[in-house]
Amino acid sequence: MRGLDLRIEPGERVLLLGESGAGKSTFLHALAGVVGDDEGESEGSLLVDGEHPAVHRGRTGLVIQDPDSQVILERVGDDVAFGCENLGVPRDEIWRRVHDSLEQVGLTVDLERNTSALSGGQKQRLALAGVLAMRPGLIVLDEPTANLDPGGVTEVRDAVIRVAELTGATIVVVEHRVSVWSDVVDRVVVLEAGGGVIADGVPAEVLSRQGEELAARGVWVPQHPPARPQRAVRGRQQPLLSTQQLSVGRGNRPLGSPLDLEILSSHALAIMGANGAGKSTLALTLGGLMRPVSGAVVARPILADGAGEHPIRWKSRELLTRIGTVFQDPEHQLLTSTVRAELEVGPRALKLSDHEVDARVEELLTRLRLDRLAGANPFTLSGGEKRRLSVATSLATRPKVLVLDEPTFGQDSRTWSELLALLARLVDDGSSVITVSHDLEFVDALADSTVTLA
Amino acid sequence: MIPVASVNPVAKLGAGLLVSLFLIVTIDWVSAATALVLEMAVIAFMGIEPKRFWLRTLPVWLAAPFTALTILLYGRYDGAVYFEFLLIRISDGSIELALATFLRVLAIGLPAVVLFISIDPTDFADGLAQRLRLPDRFVLGALAAVRMVGLFLEDWRSLELARRARGVADRGRLRRIAGQAFALLVLSIRRGSKLSIAMEARGFGGDTPRSWARESQWGSAEWVTLLVGLLIGIVATVVAVLTGSWNLIVG
Repeated sequence: MRGLDLRIEPGERVLLLGESGAGKSTFLHALAGVVGDDEGESEGSLLVDGEHPAVHRGRTGLVIQDPDSQVILERVGDDVAFGCENLGVPRDEIWRRVHDSLEQVGLTVDLERNTSALSGGQKQRLALAGVLAMRPGLIVLDEPTANLDPGGVTEVRDAVIRVAELTGATIVVVEHRVSVWSDVVDRVVVLEAGGGVIADGVPAEVLSRQGEELAARGVWVPQHPPARPQRAVRGRQQPLLSTQQLSVGRGNRPLGSPLDLEILSSHALAIMGANGAGKSTLALTLGGLMRPVSGAVVARPILADGAGEHPIRWKSRELLTRIGTVFQDPEHQLLTSTVRAELEVGPRALKLSDHEVDARVEELLTRLRLDRLAGANPFTLSGGEKRRLSVATSLATRPKVLVLDEPTFGQDSRTWSELLALLARLVDDGSSVITVSHDLEFVDALADSTVTLA
Repeated sequence: MIPVASVNPVAKLGAGLLVSLFLIVTIDWVSAATALVLEMAVIAFMGIEPKRFWLRTLPVWLAAPFTALTILLYGRYDGAVYFEFLLIRISDGSIELALATFLRVLAIGLPAVVLFISIDPTDFADGLAQRLRLPDRFVLGALAAVRMVGLFLEDWRSLELARRARGVADRGRLRRIAGQAFALLVLSIRRGSKLSIAMEARGFGGDTPRSWARESQWGSAEWVTLLVGLLIGIVATVVAVLTGSWNLIVG
């Protein structure tokens, strides 16, 4: 990003919008003084309280998107105290601030509590408390709720607002989902990809004036929801896969009660439930990747196609045309150094002819708007592009069943509606789609039936 | 019962090192046996659950006989020979050395494991930085990294399952593991850099002298712990010297 002129007054609450790649995160990092001189080039000046951001360490607090990457220490109390320690705050004062901060964010857990046992929403509030304990004048938040379930989103949003009211701190937040923040901020600034400001003003005004344009750029504007696909008349539904008294879990400990499910062709099933209910584990077990704790996943002959009735015993190659799995984190399933090669992995493992491999890869590149990125390294793609690629790699081998774990996590509205349209078409064309999701709108638009894990 | 859990980890480390120091300068069975007997007496008073004790120290119990066996078969040849086959030669000398090695591995390994099962990484880091004055950037960086090990294990699992899902897990196991290890490295570097941004954003690495939310305690319990280590080492050495079995291996 370049050429940005912006003045934020003390105590303002600003929502920063812009399409992916507009430099919102870079700007927040720069405000927090954590952009090193060796990380890219900079021109012009950025002043916090009239000085370079790095001068006043702790004056600006930063909360980022990924809850796991910002928990620093093992105990809740220590983690909150960490910033104070670095600023050389005296011991008595540190613990006073730790208590105050945890109270302000509403996190009432034991100070000795292990931080890895906290939920996503609690971890984000812990990070906020850690920032707060430094007594910052400015708090910047980079998509703080993108990785959370609906309960966690509200929890974190309310904590931020309470903190702003109690401390009078200036708030700058970046988020795709406008509806979460539009009622509680007093200013919306829209950044232009490449530089400059497109819109700046009171939320209601900006959203009514620029709402449509923002929506087209992938921002979630409540008045302009992303398009939902028209569902075609469905083909005949046949059972492909069923579970018999299935219990899933890590090791021998089952999560939740046994399940009897029927997975049908031309049908979209959504698996919902709170964090820790075992949704991802169930997805991986249905995908033939994890062994059930008890009970069984049984493939019907039409799906098994000679490969035996238990997917977990299938060869890795046999899974390709039968059950595809799209992982929550696309990076886990990347194997090669270009987008094209990534798409070729599956078809090559099936020993398809070169001609057929090329045809499938070309089709997917176009269909998922990845054609301009064919030569790029998958790790360098944006979040939305990585998600599209990970779905495309599974589609390349045309599995009859597709399992997706939180496909819409952190996605902008454009990628969201593209995914939705793509999956809807797969179902209309006869596939079975199973999605694990927290995303109520997505489930509402796609799912033919829903299972909620307790 | 000795409340060993609350003793400063740095003192535990020191006590373990003191015992080992006396035991590694000599290879005889008397010193090792003496130290082992004294250690077992101390350990008995620590109030460790028997199941936990055996489970945690199992690797030591396994390592000791295997090391001893190697020495028995290939160790220094001396005195009467009882068995010979190719390079294998069991003699009075190798039997004695094997016994000494067996006891030594136990005498050094057991207290190390027992002392460390009660160490909390956070307290240990506090001790290293505040008591041993190790640079706090280094200590806290390492502490934060240790906390990420759990995330890496999760990543490794996911990488493994993802390879099966992508159809490439049927053969070439070695190559696949190498590829997976590389992928884990890439992921861990990314996690690491995110973590370091989070730490820096909380003022870590600045010029201000750091304060500590918790003082790393050092009192009589710590001195006693060190003293016990020292005494075990001295008694073991004295007994070995008096019985004439002490043999200095350095120099």
